[in-house]
Amino acid sequence: MHIPDGYLSPQTYIPLFGAFVGIAAIAVRKVKKEVSVKNIPYLGMAAAFSFIIMMFNLPIPGGTTGHAVGSALIAIILGPWATVIAVSVALIIQALIFGDGGITAIGANCFNMAIFMPFVAFYFFKIIRLKSVNPRRIFVSAFIAGYLSLVLTSILTAIEFGLQPLIATTHEGKALYCPYNLSIAIPAMAFEHLILFGIVEGLVTAFVVRYFFSHDSSMIFAIQKGGKNE
Amino acid sequence: MNRLQKKIMITLIVLSLLTPIGILLPMVFNAGDAWGEWSAETVKDLIGYVPEGLQKYANTYKAPLTDYSMNVKDTSVAHQSGYYILSGIIGATVTMGVTILISKFIIKK
Repeated sequence: MHIPDGYLSPQTYIPLFGAFVGIAAIAVRKVKKEVSVKNIPYLGMAAAFSFIIMMFNLPIPGGTTGHAVGSALIAIILGPWATVIAVSVALIIQALIFGDGGITAIGANCFNMAIFMPFVAFYFFKIIRLKSVNPRRIFVSAFIAGYLSLVLTSILTAIEFGLQPLIATTHEGKALYCPYNLSIAIPAMAFEHLILFGIVEGLVTAFVVRYFFSHDSSMIFAIQKGGKNE
Repeated sequence: MNRLQKKIMITLIVLSLLTPIGILLPMVFNAGDAWGEWSAETVKDLIGYVPEGLQKYANTYKAPLTDYSMNVKDTSVAHQSGYYILSGIIGATVTMGVTILISKFIIKK
């Protein structure tokens, strides 16, 4: 899901970069308000976790590869705004040092995986859990949040890819950037995330959230008792 | 570092050592690139030409450790697994350090 250089037109990556910078600026203000000093080490570990889990490329036999992102579980445990910071750092390091994701696509990739995904996961978790403290309900809510957030993020990415033939072609009608349109990109990316990568994201989210819930549920941002989230 | 933090750090280290699964599994199951992450050459094989803009932007930037490897030309799977682990440790450490610095700067006290 790391869009490389050359797949997005400037008409796409510049606005997405702008959106990323604007929302990251809001994230800075929100994190200042709602994240306590004692959570700083966890934020660092969460970013490192996201970096590492994205290295576990999983195969669709005979087809493509993909991976989990970790944004869902970080959003549930540390909050979506903190996730914006942590996962953006991981994605920017991946692009700058390891060439995973393009330089021109940094804004797009951060927008998809570090902004859209954690917010989708966070709200799915809250909506499905409601106020339940039943561990099974928490587990299932976290699974669905992880699963759907990754699938929807893959569809958002596919829309960015698939819009390119509509935005920019040569006089002869040849593609300038990503050559596949929406009707190819969306089914291709949605399918692989629905049948495999999303399930992995869901399981990782569910098991880690369950662990934190049984260890110390007050640590989980989306569950904190007495806070404005309960 | 408290007990939970130690546990998380150990988990992260174990995960880093297991990262070669991410290159071995795709090899075993004969899976290629992620969708939309093909090189210009692969795109040419897929559709018969390289889109102009893709060609122009594709090599905008050369990352120092491209593909999480210290030597992409090395064909040894064992060596690539080692590079992958090393890349994981370097990347995760830098990511953790930068995130902690940024959050300290943001949150202060």
